[in-house]
Amino acid sequence: MQKIGVFVCHCGSNIAATVDVKKVVEMALLEQGVVHAEDYPYMCSEAGQSRIAAAIAEKGLTGIVVCSCSPRMHEATFRKAAERAGLNPYMVEIANIREHCSWIHKDMAEATEKATILMRAAVAKVHLNAPLQAGESMVTKRALVIGGGIAGIQTAIDIADAGYKVDIVEKTPSIGGRMSQLDKTFPTLDCSACILTPKMVEAAAHENITIHTYSEVEKVSGFVGNFTVDIRKKARYVDIAKCTGCGVCQEKCPSKKIPNEFNRGLNNRSAIYTPFAQAIPNVPVIDTTACIKFKTGKCGVCEKVCQAGAINYKQQDEIITENYGAIVVATGFDTIKLDQYGEYAYGQSKDVITSLELERVMNAAGPTKGHLERLSDGKAPKEIVFIQCVGSRCSDDRGKPYCSKICCMYTAKHAMLIRDKYPDTNVTVFYIDVRTPGKNFDEFYRRAVEDYGVNYIKGQVGKVIPQPDGSLLVQGVDLLDQKQILKKADMVVLATAIEPNTDVRKIATMLTASIDTNNFLTEAHPKLRPVESPTAGVFLSGVCQGPKDIPETVAQAGAAAVKVIGLLAKDKLKTNPCTAQSDELLCNGCSQCANVCPYGAITYETKLINDHGIREDRRVAVVNSALCQGCGACTVTCPSGAMDLKGFSNRQILAEVDAICR
Amino acid sequence: MQELINRAKSLLESGEVSRVLGWRKGETDWDVEPAFFNSAEELSEFIYNGFCGANLSKYMIEASKLEGKTLVFLKPCDTYSFNQLCKEHRVDREKAYIIGVGCKGKLKIENIDAAGILEVRGAGYPDASEILTVKTLYGDREVSYKSAMLERCHVCKGKEHMVYDERMGESADTSDADRFAEVAKIEAMSPEEKFAFFQSELSKCIRCNACRNVCPACSCRKCVFDSTKFDSAQKANTTSFEEKMFHIIRAFHVAGRCTDCGECSRVCPQGIPLHLFNRKFIKDINALYGDYQAGADTDSKGPLTDFRLDDCEPSIVTKRG
Amino acid sequence: MPINHEEFRPTIVAFCCNWCSYAGADLAGSSRLAYPADVKIIRVPCSCRVNPMFILRAFEKGADGVILCGCHPGDCHYSTGNYYARRRMTLLFSMLDYLGVENGRTRVEWVSAAEGVKFSETMNSFVEKVRSLGPNVRLGDLRCKN
Repeated sequence: MQKIGVFVCHCGSNIAATVDVKKVVEMALLEQGVVHAEDYPYMCSEAGQSRIAAAIAEKGLTGIVVCSCSPRMHEATFRKAAERAGLNPYMVEIANIREHCSWIHKDMAEATEKATILMRAAVAKVHLNAPLQAGESMVTKRALVIGGGIAGIQTAIDIADAGYKVDIVEKTPSIGGRMSQLDKTFPTLDCSACILTPKMVEAAAHENITIHTYSEVEKVSGFVGNFTVDIRKKARYVDIAKCTGCGVCQEKCPSKKIPNEFNRGLNNRSAIYTPFAQAIPNVPVIDTTACIKFKTGKCGVCEKVCQAGAINYKQQDEIITENYGAIVVATGFDTIKLDQYGEYAYGQSKDVITSLELERVMNAAGPTKGHLERLSDGKAPKEIVFIQCVGSRCSDDRGKPYCSKICCMYTAKHAMLIRDKYPDTNVTVFYIDVRTPGKNFDEFYRRAVEDYGVNYIKGQVGKVIPQPDGSLLVQGVDLLDQKQILKKADMVVLATAIEPNTDVRKIATMLTASIDTNNFLTEAHPKLRPVESPTAGVFLSGVCQGPKDIPETVAQAGAAAVKVIGLLAKDKLKTNPCTAQSDELLCNGCSQCANVCPYGAITYETKLINDHGIREDRRVAVVNSALCQGCGACTVTCPSGAMDLKGFSNRQILAEVDAICR
Repeated sequence: MQELINRAKSLLESGEVSRVLGWRKGETDWDVEPAFFNSAEELSEFIYNGFCGANLSKYMIEASKLEGKTLVFLKPCDTYSFNQLCKEHRVDREKAYIIGVGCKGKLKIENIDAAGILEVRGAGYPDASEILTVKTLYGDREVSYKSAMLERCHVCKGKEHMVYDERMGESADTSDADRFAEVAKIEAMSPEEKFAFFQSELSKCIRCNACRNVCPACSCRKCVFDSTKFDSAQKANTTSFEEKMFHIIRAFHVAGRCTDCGECSRVCPQGIPLHLFNRKFIKDINALYGDYQAGADTDSKGPLTDFRLDDCEPSIVTKRG
Repeated sequence: MPINHEEFRPTIVAFCCNWCSYAGADLAGSSRLAYPADVKIIRVPCSCRVNPMFILRAFEKGADGVILCGCHPGDCHYSTGNYYARRRMTLLFSMLDYLGVENGRTRVEWVSAAEGVKFSETMNSFVEKVRSLGPNVRLGDLRCKN
């Protein structure tokens, strides 16, 4: 028989103003097994906690119920207090009489009655609580970073600098990510490649960093501190160890008409290619969908011209399995597809391009060697129109409800750069709002308007109509002047919304990390834990968590690294003791529970079971408590009730049900 | 029948199997019970006729623990149960020598409306005329074989055995009714009518546990209703709620695993159409998650241990009206 | 005897998963978004922890309505728990409906930790629905035929 103490908190007036706490104490004393009950203004205070400790000592309490705020708030506090007083911390139950009672009810009698019922349910549960011991698990001192853009690179470098091993897995042939495609960066206008490539080199040269490019995460199992990850290293058909990066193969490759992804399809590449000149590793890959050798069996030019003998058509994908203590997701973003935005004539006219395409056009390594020209006829545009919020802040399902955050600034950058380099080109920007929070951001935008004469029009564009003469007619409105605008343009640039990389959903599922309706990974707390996923051991870096610019991405990458370092610095982690447990006498060995376990925590063993005198070998379920996270899916699948969950057992929950329905 | 006995004898004699699991004749031809036969002599009591409805799969759980192989006779529909038990590691395929025995529909004595029956003739396989002759105190009567069949035979799963080592005898697909017609009829009722129907049916329940004991899916070592795990163990029902809880939970526990073998309804001494519970789940599973036949294979995931990202929401129940 | 819906105060059990819906209920509380005191919340780690036995037991012991709240599909803390819960509850509710039990007495709602408003609105509408149905008689009464 338990000796239960009930502690009712006033929470100042937060509870006491609506719940008659004295009455709850009085009612508690009527409950079976309750040998002590008291109320106190702030149970969570030092003084409140010492009252609990004193009662445990004086009355020899075996279980306590604290009627207070949400267990999400102070369950840990009271468990620690109980532990200090010599009580097992799992002999503590919380009745949430603040968030679930006093704060939502006005009538004192009603709230008091409900608080009493919630107290009873907690008392009923604690009667069936059993002392639980947290286990310990080791920490593998190695981190995995998924994604080799600036976010992943920065996180990896920071972790590696702290002395821990880091692996970067990047699905494309080179690290660098979206930033490597950018020309200049706002608000300082330094060249993107000039600041990125040294970081890429640093990562590649770092003794603690291993980079797996052209690789993808295939399978993740395990848990915080002990992840096991299968990485598929896709066949490059080029031996990284032998290749010197001379580039002759790419020059000689006869299959040259493949849209160049790096240049957003604005020009072509060869079937064997490195995405860009500063690629790391500077080793090409063969695109088997375009390679003549792979398609017809005839060709083999690259093999012949390769002096290093690095070409290997027989190379196979390789799966490597590694263990990690922490995983950082840094999968970045892409621009949305514009199929549903027919009104902007994207796809109809080559001179309607996205901002990311403009980055490539303006880049010296891009399809036009950095000359600003129309992609249709190569002529220099004299009138350029920028359209903001294409797919951002969108109320219908064609686009995204959120602000992509970076577009206002990069458009100001583009406008300024164009006006600077081509002063006779007019630039008009149609915008809903210009959003420039950030250090030196508004100053930057004002320079575009005031010093460079960029024409900003508040209003949206309804339609872009390609004209027979090759120009584009832009139909828009000027909201401030309340008039229709018809503007002839030579080029239209769309500030296209950004969205998380489409692969992120797959990765989130593998990691059991949660994801929001826009496919952004969810943080553990939007304000207080912005770089952690709710899944322990999984961290977020960069745009996969939400739209952000480069400085913010780098800041978050560093923050994620610090969290990882804090985890890897530990030798052991305490594990949740509320795990599933199978009763061998009742287990049928039917395997249904293992089917629903998301952690692969259930295995089967043939054991000699002594069932009330019947000794026989039986196949029974065994739970690996280090893997089990305590969801309870198995408990409901088990028809015999052999599988139960510690801390949330069938009988405990039924006791709560009974107490509430009493 | 003699062929089956001969084959069983030769398998016993060769040592291929250590025992035979089949049906034994009782006082009358229609009083048939499952039985183990350990020797050729014992096989003299072996019977196989139209009253051998009993599904022997479940007995293979115990037989799997014994030394040597057990020869088991399984009708086409029984093989689904055997497969399901294999999938759940409850029977050992290696311990079974399965003779897929022919079946052209099994009979229910209660369906033969002939007072004072002395003897039922032609209860083996239906002959060409498909007529059963019943010898009674009041003279001979004729009944059509079909009208005397078990409910489950009218919704026969087909004549194919899902698993076997050898097959003997011919089978026929005896289905002549819509498997879900009865369920659909109830679904179409008003809530009041549904409630009245099930109240009247379940009021008959005497908690004899025959349905549970015969059910191949109810193969738990210890039923939750006999254990303290859910505070549900009761020697006697303390509340009227128990029957309903028992039947709903029983149906839920076998949902996605029930092969619709119909044994529950066959054995219920009170004649409660218990298959209507299981078949409701099967109908919903088929409609909501795609057609699924438990026991058709030994490796697919059951519908309740599987999901699709775009599964319907539980509110579909309300929307469906 | 006709039921006086005005005076009827139903007993409602709400199973809430720890990670989303329980937190959503906390947010409803800290945002002072009222809902009837008839609702009593039981914390479970995940919606997939809720056994049909719990729901039937609540009805057996006198509950008039039972609601299960979990993370939105795709957001389960355990990644897949609510998908299993969704199938189980769909089938269970369909069975109760089949037995003639008013389908308004059971509900599943996905409520995230950020959806305090949805939690409160859900509870308000569910209580209203159950009140309109009156006391739960049928689930306690399949055998007692007079």
